[in-house]
Amino acid sequence: MSTSVERFDEEARRKFSRHGQTVVHRGELLRHPVYTRVLHWTVAISFILSLLSGFAIYSAWLFRWLTPLFGGGPMTRFLHPWFGLAFTIAFFFQFLNWFAPMHWKPADGRWMRRIRGYVSNKEKVEPKDVGFFNAGQKLYFWTIALTAVLFLITGLLLWFDHVVPRWLVAVSYVIHNLSALVMLAGFIIHIYEGTAAQPGTFQSMTDGTVTKEWAWTHHPAWYEEITGRDPRNDYELAREQQARQRETIGERVHETGERPSP
Amino acid sequence: MSNPRTFQIQEISAHPGPVPGQGTRREEEVCKYIDVTTCIGCKACEVACVEWNDHPFRETTFDDTYQTMPSTEWNYWNLIKFVEQEREGTMMWLMRKDQCMHCEDPGCLRACPADGAIIKYQNGIVDFQQENCIGCGYCISGCPFDIPKFNPKTNKVFKCTLCSDRVGQGLEPACIKACPTGCLHFGTKQDMVQIARTRATQLQTVSGFANAGVYDPQSIGGTHVIYVLHDITKPELYGGLPSNPIIPPAYTVWKWLAKPTGLLMAGLGLFAVFFHRLTVGPKMPQPESKPVLTHQPNEVEAGRKEKP
Repeated sequence: MSTSVERFDEEARRKFSRHGQTVVHRGELLRHPVYTRVLHWTVAISFILSLLSGFAIYSAWLFRWLTPLFGGGPMTRFLHPWFGLAFTIAFFFQFLNWFAPMHWKPADGRWMRRIRGYVSNKEKVEPKDVGFFNAGQKLYFWTIALTAVLFLITGLLLWFDHVVPRWLVAVSYVIHNLSALVMLAGFIIHIYEGTAAQPGTFQSMTDGTVTKEWAWTHHPAWYEEITGRDPRNDYELAREQQARQRETIGERVHETGERPSP
Repeated sequence: MSNPRTFQIQEISAHPGPVPGQGTRREEEVCKYIDVTTCIGCKACEVACVEWNDHPFRETTFDDTYQTMPSTEWNYWNLIKFVEQEREGTMMWLMRKDQCMHCEDPGCLRACPADGAIIKYQNGIVDFQQENCIGCGYCISGCPFDIPKFNPKTNKVFKCTLCSDRVGQGLEPACIKACPTGCLHFGTKQDMVQIARTRATQLQTVSGFANAGVYDPQSIGGTHVIYVLHDITKPELYGGLPSNPIIPPAYTVWKWLAKPTGLLMAGLGLFAVFFHRLTVGPKMPQPESKPVLTHQPNEVEAGRKEKP
């Protein structure tokens, strides 16, 4: 399976790069090609639409707030399954796209045991064995994959409720909503980590590139793989260089009292 | 409309004896009582229902029985179920008028996610407000009696209203009005239960139906449509009347416990990431490039120091 998936992926990437492009500046690395970005945002948009329209029906407290966004209750109910279907289809392609790099490796087990230090931000630079995706990202990916399947099955049962037994509809209703809560929890963490928690990450999904500093900080093994250089070594070099610069800047500020021109 | 009790006389000047009418109570809960044992299956109630609610007579399927159609439909709310049953070597024809039971604890209402689509009146009538219905069909799976029906043209769900429009004007429901044998009665819940019990006792003692009884299932808090059956121990015989109707626990437990908990957790999650950012702060690419200072470095450092 994996070889045919890889071939399909290669072709999709090639076709998409004909229409879009990724500009990689000096000091930057290509992280996500156009195909990945288009997929990611298709999944993201359909997910947010499904989430909002679903939450309108999920809770009586949100009904009056969220249904006007979609043109009233009946229209929200009509659109929600279609949003969900769009999400499932888009995610299926993203699943193929990321199937290989999301494989669970021994390094991921070690990462999970370190999760406390990761969350509390104790270690400034990630350990050397963290690759293209860290274990947290992989966990999120596989959670979404599992809940997407549950969503699809229970969603179809709820959609065609007139041909499905009553008890099955009631059970689907609970599983569908539980999946939504699990996904929402992951979604909140995902957005936070991708924006406010890790500056420089959002750019990887918009422009497709990251800085070298970002790469050796968050994904050292990937940095090593793509540049052929030692991430720790490069980090130490950059640190020394920065220290030297700081010294010279500090001296100039002391002497002239003026800010150096950038 | 003012409460009729407001102008009930409380005290009378120079009046010997008690105040007339003191201690009277207004019975608010209504009830339809169906005596299955005296129904002759004439279907006058079906016709009356279709006429009063202005439904066209819909297409039906003939399945070798007297039954008009297999089940109630979105525009056919009242259906007599015909069941041929053998009892003591002879054929017994069971006819049960099937319609909304107007449960005290309505499963349709519990399951409904749309604000104002299903309401229950003080008198016990459960009524659908189609203008607020979003057509999700949750009420259909919430109902223990398989009563709400979906209209695929309008994407709305319909069912018997217990003629709330007639009852509101002090009239009995159309089916009651049409019944020629008197097997249908309409009145207060208390009175109907009373009559039903008397009839059940009569069936037990006089007619030889030892298991005769009143169907008013307490598993859903009682219903505002009650039956007298020849055999209360086997309500399933009468075209699938459940002996222990329940709302799927998914709709009660989930809606009143798990949903608020879920929302609370989502809210807490948002708070958690917000305060994580405030306290722990971001993971910057290393080495961090510090902003170039515009003030004298030692001056700034002294001013920024937090108290230990």
